[in-house]
Amino acid sequence: MRALDLKLVRDLRRLWAQALAVALVLACGVATLILAIGAYRSLEETQRAYYDRYRFGDVFASATRAPRALIDRIRAIPDVAAVELRITEPVLLDINGVAEPATGQAISLPDRGEPAVNAIFLRQGRLPDTGRDLEVVINENFAEAHGFVLGTEFHALMDGVKTKLRVVGIALSPEFIYALGPGDLLPDDRRFGVLWMNERTLAGRFDLEGAFDSVSLRLLRGANEEAVIEQLDDILAPYGGTGAYGRKDHISHAFLDSELTQLSAMARVIPPIFLLVSAFLINMILSRLIALEREQIGLLKALGYHALDIAWHYLKLVIMIALVGVVIGFVAGTWLGRGLTVIYSEFYTFPFLIFRWSTDIYAIAALVSIAAAIAGAAKAVYGVLALAPAVAMRPPAPPVFHQFMGSAGRRIRLFSQLTIMALRHIARWPVRAALSTIGTSFSVALLVVALFSIDSVDYMIDVIYFQSERQDATLTFAGERAPSVLPAVANLPGVLRAEPFRELAVKISHGPRERRLGISGKQRGADLSRVLDLDMRPIALPETGLAIGERVADILEVKRGDLVQVELLEGDRRIVDVPVTEIIQSYVGLAVFMDMDALDRLAGIGPRVSGVHLEIDEAATDALYASVKETPALAGVALQTVSRRLFQETIEQNILISTMVYVILSVIIAFGVVYNSARIQLSERARELATLRVLGFRRAEVSQVLLTELGVAVAAAQPLGWLIGYGFAYAVIVGFESDLFRIPLVVSSRTLAFASLVVLVAALVSALLVRRRIDRFDLVEVLKTRE
Amino acid sequence: MGKPLFTVSGLTKVYQTGDVTVHALRGVDAVLYEGEMAVLLGPSGSGKSTLLNILGGLDSATAGEVRFGEEDLTGFSDRELTLFRRNHVGFVFQFYNLVPSLTAKENVALVTEIAPRPMAPEEALGIVGLSERVDHFPAQLSGGEQQRVAIARAIAKRPEILLCDEPTGALDSKTGVLVLEALTAVNSEMGTSTAIITHNAAIQKIAHRVFFFSDGRIAEMRENAERVEPAEVEW
Repeated sequence: MRALDLKLVRDLRRLWAQALAVALVLACGVATLILAIGAYRSLEETQRAYYDRYRFGDVFASATRAPRALIDRIRAIPDVAAVELRITEPVLLDINGVAEPATGQAISLPDRGEPAVNAIFLRQGRLPDTGRDLEVVINENFAEAHGFVLGTEFHALMDGVKTKLRVVGIALSPEFIYALGPGDLLPDDRRFGVLWMNERTLAGRFDLEGAFDSVSLRLLRGANEEAVIEQLDDILAPYGGTGAYGRKDHISHAFLDSELTQLSAMARVIPPIFLLVSAFLINMILSRLIALEREQIGLLKALGYHALDIAWHYLKLVIMIALVGVVIGFVAGTWLGRGLTVIYSEFYTFPFLIFRWSTDIYAIAALVSIAAAIAGAAKAVYGVLALAPAVAMRPPAPPVFHQFMGSAGRRIRLFSQLTIMALRHIARWPVRAALSTIGTSFSVALLVVALFSIDSVDYMIDVIYFQSERQDATLTFAGERAPSVLPAVANLPGVLRAEPFRELAVKISHGPRERRLGISGKQRGADLSRVLDLDMRPIALPETGLAIGERVADILEVKRGDLVQVELLEGDRRIVDVPVTEIIQSYVGLAVFMDMDALDRLAGIGPRVSGVHLEIDEAATDALYASVKETPALAGVALQTVSRRLFQETIEQNILISTMVYVILSVIIAFGVVYNSARIQLSERARELATLRVLGFRRAEVSQVLLTELGVAVAAAQPLGWLIGYGFAYAVIVGFESDLFRIPLVVSSRTLAFASLVVLVAALVSALLVRRRIDRFDLVEVLKTRE
Repeated sequence: MGKPLFTVSGLTKVYQTGDVTVHALRGVDAVLYEGEMAVLLGPSGSGKSTLLNILGGLDSATAGEVRFGEEDLTGFSDRELTLFRRNHVGFVFQFYNLVPSLTAKENVALVTEIAPRPMAPEEALGIVGLSERVDHFPAQLSGGEQQRVAIARAIAKRPEILLCDEPTGALDSKTGVLVLEALTAVNSEMGTSTAIITHNAAIQKIAHRVFFFSDGRIAEMRENAERVEPAEVEW
């Protein structure tokens, strides 16, 4: 081995602790990059393959009752590749041992052959036999939630008739990757199931022989989806069509997509933080190493080594450190990424999983990390090139210090000489102090980002469940009903108050911008389900016009007073201009509200109700549940407490895992920054600190000089970290915002305190590790040598 | 001659450096009196620095006894040694060991802030003739000036003993003389016992007594019948 390389190996061995601290920070960058991109690609690929193999639809539409003969007209729409006509009907489920009513969606399977669109993956059992009405295939999550196996029997209320069903198959479907029950925010597998049944059976039960009420299309590649949707709407309009929509508005697809968006956002935001911090650390370590070896560098040059040889020598050191980080990152990233993908695939119940960990991700991660390390080394290495041999062999010029505030500072004795030493040191190397501060602040910021979601979700839960949607339960009717049903609902056992609502499917447009959504009509004075203004105050809906949620207002670019065009997607499909009279707060879905009377006038067919919000006497819930299970007119029951609990559980579980990961990541950054700063200061100031010991200062007093400087950097990093964390949190919120959810930006002082606490503890531990070295100073040795 | 300040008996120091055992001190007996100025002469490795470090509480002996007045230094803990240095000992080193981020006055104040009965930093700097340079940083001072700041720092606590390890080693003779003048002034005006280690035989003339070291022992002790002013010393 060449002599210089031997030096390299020995340098690395000597600097191992500092090198490892940098390598770990770099490894976090590599791992998060591989994790995010790998998981993103795997999920995207799995999703794509799943959709492809099981022919997930591109366009979906429903109608009240349309003749099957329409199939030829639908097929004739340009760009349509396949058409599947189905019957899908909401049903109420009655499961032994479950008090709350559950809802199901019955979906027809063709009597012969596979569906042309939206096939199912049969995990167990078989398809229902033709002519046997009892047989049903259920979705796997629902089966698991109730322990249902092949042969299990349960009851469903189908078009008013209590029917016994027997499970003959358990399946998965690309339509229900995210299986959401009516009125729920998150999947509740106990309370929502998908029931695939024979077409003939369902047609008989729901009086739809020779007809269909739902259609799914697959389109050719490059198809004009908008045009297809328009033509399909035209065909279905006379049959109670409620407007076709594309995948974008398909709830299961939208949820999966927003998950993928978050992963790719993570790949863009998190790894650069680590790369930045490691570049700074490398700069710090290498500058110090080169300062210490200044005379050796001069000597090497004097001996005839080319400046580039020496520069390459130091670059190799940096590359070695980077490689250690890259390898650790590869292993951690692959391991975590596979874990994450498996967790996702279990959550979303994919029938198979495609891992996409191609070499290019690793190559990119390795190159980017090594480039970051070299960038960090650039300035220090350039110094080596520029150093003339004769200059190098002389000791460097002593650093110049300045007094604070001129002579005024001298008269006021604010600080001890020890503190002045620390402060002057900061003032002498302000860039380094600033970089240490920024580096540490990133670890605070990461924790703020990890933890603020708890605050935001708490806030969201409070707003949604305690200020806005305060009902105990929501009953949804199968189709619209006349208001005359309301007394019957009010007479159900345990009902203390009932407030009807109406949902109307429309397309709202404002200039070139348009969106398909539902307008909710609420009765004047509704007090259970309330509409809140932007300041979170409940408001009465204006007598005319629309109250539009912030998200919708952003999408349509409307403000209060603008006129929007509302196209009804059912009935006579009228197009009406309606003013926007209020912009309101909304965190879930695309909220548009209207006074119920105004909505009835808009719809034009007289008063109708879609469902009822209820306040329930808790003592009578079981009786209420029992009678709801027997009420044929109901399509779904949403229970507010159950849904809130589920919401909290799901979020808390996710947050717990991600918080742990973020705590580890930020501790690594804090450790990397503080430990390296301390080590370098110790190396620069060993003589000074040993002199203090000789002069009779205690160990604690000497450590104070070093720790004051670190303490200032770490303390300054807190508010800065909060600020950066707030910025990151804002970016996350914007990235997360979708038509499904909009998260409020709430950062509590508890979150800031916790983030700071973790970082302060990590910093303290790293500082104490270095302090042990002060205790082991060889006083005699230090004094003998000239610096 | 005053009362004994340090009484050293049978002092032995053995280092283990890798496989090599070094006998730095091989049973030294000596007494240092209050108010005296002693010069320790001898070649490198003869044990003079080791003795000075043990006297100053920077190092501990392998065997033997060191008494400081009535106290036995050999039994001191690390904490007690720190206090001993803080309260009783002034050090002057070959390479000054000033804190570069503190001005001359602040370097002195570093010590006066923790000493029990210090003089004002300005007064100490006045004794070494640096009243005009109190607000300069070490980098703005010459080598001789820096060493005089170091002496001011050492005496500002009014120590019982001033231990100087090659105080003129890094200086030319003209500047060296200024430093020696400062040391003799402190010795005669404040009565501070002073021990000076040097390679430079010419300096022995300013001392009351001279100890000659050789191979870990005191080979000879000579009393100067007539002391010479530093200004008359030449090398």
